[in-house]
Amino acid sequence: MDRNSNIYTIIYAAILTVVVAVVLAFVHSSLEPKMEANEKLAKQKDILRSVGLVDLPDASAVYEKTISSFVIDASGKVVDGMDGEAVNVAAEFKKPAEDQVHPVFVYTADDGSKRLILPLYGNGLWDKIWGYIALEEDMNTIAGIAMDHKGETPGLGAEIKDNPKQYNDPFIGKTILDEQGNYVSVKMVKGGIKEPEHQIDAISGATITSDGVNEMLYRGLGYYLPYFNAAKSQTSLK
Amino acid sequence: MSETQVAQKSTTLFGKKERRLLTDPFNDNNPITVQVLGICSALAVTVAVKNALVMAVAVTLVTGFSNLIISLLRNTIPNRVRMIVQLVVIASLVSIVEMVLHAFQYDVYKQMSVYIGLIITNCILMGRLEAFAMANKPWQSLLDGIGNGVGYGAILIAVAFFRELFGKGSVFGFRVLPDWYVPNGLMLIPAAAIFLIGIIIWIQRSRNTKLVDIS
Repeated sequence: MDRNSNIYTIIYAAILTVVVAVVLAFVHSSLEPKMEANEKLAKQKDILRSVGLVDLPDASAVYEKTISSFVIDASGKVVDGMDGEAVNVAAEFKKPAEDQVHPVFVYTADDGSKRLILPLYGNGLWDKIWGYIALEEDMNTIAGIAMDHKGETPGLGAEIKDNPKQYNDPFIGKTILDEQGNYVSVKMVKGGIKEPEHQIDAISGATITSDGVNEMLYRGLGYYLPYFNAAKSQTSLK
Repeated sequence: MSETQVAQKSTTLFGKKERRLLTDPFNDNNPITVQVLGICSALAVTVAVKNALVMAVAVTLVTGFSNLIISLLRNTIPNRVRMIVQLVVIASLVSIVEMVLHAFQYDVYKQMSVYIGLIITNCILMGRLEAFAMANKPWQSLLDGIGNGVGYGAILIAVAFFRELFGKGSVFGFRVLPDWYVPNGLMLIPAAAIFLIGIIIWIQRSRNTKLVDIS
């Protein structure tokens, strides 16, 4: 057959495409459960990292035992019948504010004390950054934070993940409300801390990543203020 | 620069010609230091030895199998769409590698992010298909692909070794330098890799003077 004829070329391309499509679809569908399990485990590890549980050999089991979740809408009301794990935080980020829903993960320690773990999502210098922040039961004091990133510069912006001692641990004990109860969030600042209750040292050489973290915290925690207020007024009524 | 024809008569599987196909890419015809291909990924994934190793294995698999497949198909491929056919084969293999990493080496997959997908654009692949696999038998093509993949990987691992050693004081994630050594952050940014590749090219050419005039 003439290898340069149009018919041959078209048939050849069609057969090749079908063969490749079948092969790729087969590989994808046979590996899919494994890929999804990996994504899920990575998320569970991040959530546990925010309450200080790192390098667990059986993260999945610990997660199942200690973490429960629910979902709130933009006005702070709990959405019935929704699981926090089902919410895609990155996708919610892109929706209009009033349509967003936000997951809340609740960590219950062995002694029965609880912590609220909230997801964070924002932009760093090169790509997206995300994390989880844990609050004490007073919904004000930070109990821990875990951050991750897609492509921040190693040794600079990537320190938000690689150097938890310097850039995660100092958040612990900071408060997100000022003395009058107004929302101020927490910030990474350069050139000396002026409000030790709400600020930690920024990463030198990574101003844009630090600013991204500040924006992510301010906006991310802000989503939950209506819920916090509602929850607090409820407990004070009792 | 590269031999595009190998004697078709050779009868043994590992004759002199076949051995040269595997060993040439290490020195006289190294894809990175002599052909100067695949530099982009060599800068991007050489921060840690483990990443470089995974990249080396991934590229070797893709060069080997794409060479083999294209060589098997070489007498059927319509000439006018041959580059598209080559790219389809490369892209499929890269997609498979990406999915396998996603399933079995999730941490590495996350760190390498886009660079796995970018193997598709690695010039070594198209270069070997056009220059070798389209004109040679499957066995020789497979060897040529593996040789080039390993030659590329060897440079990658060498660069990554020095970057991780001086940039983090560790190798394969284990701290090897004493605690008084302050890791040099410069080694972790891509510019350090271009210096290291430059030094490797310098050393190679001063030892192997016949390369000096070629490029």
